[in-house]
Amino acid sequence: MSRAGASDRLDVNIKHKFYRAASGDCRHVLGQISLGLNSGEVAALVGPSGCGKTTLLRIVVGLDHDFEGSVQLPAFGKLGVVFQEPRLLPWRTVEENVRLAAPQADDVTLGALFVTLGIAEHRRHYPGELSLGLARRVALARAFAVKPDLLALDEPFVSLDTALAARMRAELVELVSRQPVTTLLVTHSIEEAIEIADRVVLLSAPPARLLGDVRIANARRNRTAAAIAAIRDEIENKINAVDQPAARC
Amino acid sequence: MNLALRLASVALLLVVWLAGAHFVGARLLPAPQTVWFAIVQEARSGALAFNLGVTLARVAAAFAIAMILGTALGLAMGRAPLFDKLADPWLIVLLNLPALVIVVLAYVWAGLTETAAIAAVALNKLPIATVTVREGARALDPALNEMAVVFRMGELVRLRHVVLPQLAPYLAAAARSGLSLVWKIALIVELLGRPNGVGFEIGVAFQLFDVTHILAYALVFVAVMLAVETFLVQPLERHVSRWRVRPA
Repeated sequence: MSRAGASDRLDVNIKHKFYRAASGDCRHVLGQISLGLNSGEVAALVGPSGCGKTTLLRIVVGLDHDFEGSVQLPAFGKLGVVFQEPRLLPWRTVEENVRLAAPQADDVTLGALFVTLGIAEHRRHYPGELSLGLARRVALARAFAVKPDLLALDEPFVSLDTALAARMRAELVELVSRQPVTTLLVTHSIEEAIEIADRVVLLSAPPARLLGDVRIANARRNRTAAAIAAIRDEIENKINAVDQPAARC
Repeated sequence: MNLALRLASVALLLVVWLAGAHFVGARLLPAPQTVWFAIVQEARSGALAFNLGVTLARVAAAFAIAMILGTALGLAMGRAPLFDKLADPWLIVLLNLPALVIVVLAYVWAGLTETAAIAAVALNKLPIATVTVREGARALDPALNEMAVVFRMGELVRLRHVVLPQLAPYLAAAARSGLSLVWKIALIVELLGRPNGVGFEIGVAFQLFDVTHILAYALVFVAVMLAVETFLVQPLERHVSRWRVRPA
């Protein structure tokens, strides 16, 4: 795999990914997946749970090197990652958590970010004093504060109540509209994908491969319920997975 | 209320001491006031401060060496399974070698020197610090490590803000058990091969059967270590665990 280059595109080209369990079992997790993202494009990876979406994301951000293929990160490869769990340092305050990941961030940018995400009054709190929703917002603030070349989000709104998840999705849309950034969002919810992304990339059941790549034309902010429903129908038509035999390890 | 109970407990100890002194006689157990006068006399002559200072310096040096080396070794062993397998037998040997053997061998091999004395004390404490920190290193959270990797945190930032805070409870445990062990062994080292320090004074008093002198030095030393615990170790522990949400 190569990571060199100064192209603004994200290029992912995976041939195979096998997962070897401690018991010695071997599973074929990812099949042939090619995915290119232009600068500033927001793509959502959607697929059934356990299909390898998180594995794909971990390969893209360089946490998993055990695969066949290549990943080319955009520009300087600076990453902003929001994990499924907030992954904050419990012994550092909210502000310290953000500043440790983004030492170059200036006060004005950080202040604006904290206000947008509604965590301004929690700056000096420790993560243990925050609700899950607030901790998730801090993780989001941390990822944006580094001014990433690639923003990677792994199910950032799971296990939040519906209203809170909707509010946070709106905040994310607001942030990527204001500060365009190449974004890869992993989610199992088609509605969430349609609301946030420019492109919805569909993955099959494992071994995952691309089932479809749906582009959404109208601007993020004025997607009506009817438009979302239409896109949703289009996507669901594509999900008629053809069975594909798993390759051997 | 708590303080009152403590004071009552100390007062009871003094009463028992007085009664004991009355029954077994001043030669075997001098009365508290006799010991107090001996402490005052030693303090006036300057011998108390000198011997206490010498011993504390040895304790501090040995403690610092053992904690720094123990933390580094423990981290390395906890993170690198190969190194752990190679170094583990050495650790077990050192862990089970009686303190006295290490002290005697250090004096035989390196002479009756300050270096040998401090090294012997440090070597006694090193394996325990290593084992404790190794447990901590094994328990490091891989999720936080991944976070540090993707955000490209530097080595020093990672050590200071990600690794050491996770090790803090283990370091505190190692420091606490280590401090009491180090000062006990420091006295033996002084008794066997140093011309000064609290251990040496107690050795001299033992040869003269001077129980007053023994108690005078022992009590002052215990008081000093208690002060270290209360004014240094405990505030430090409170500081590193300030982020923990306390149950209401």
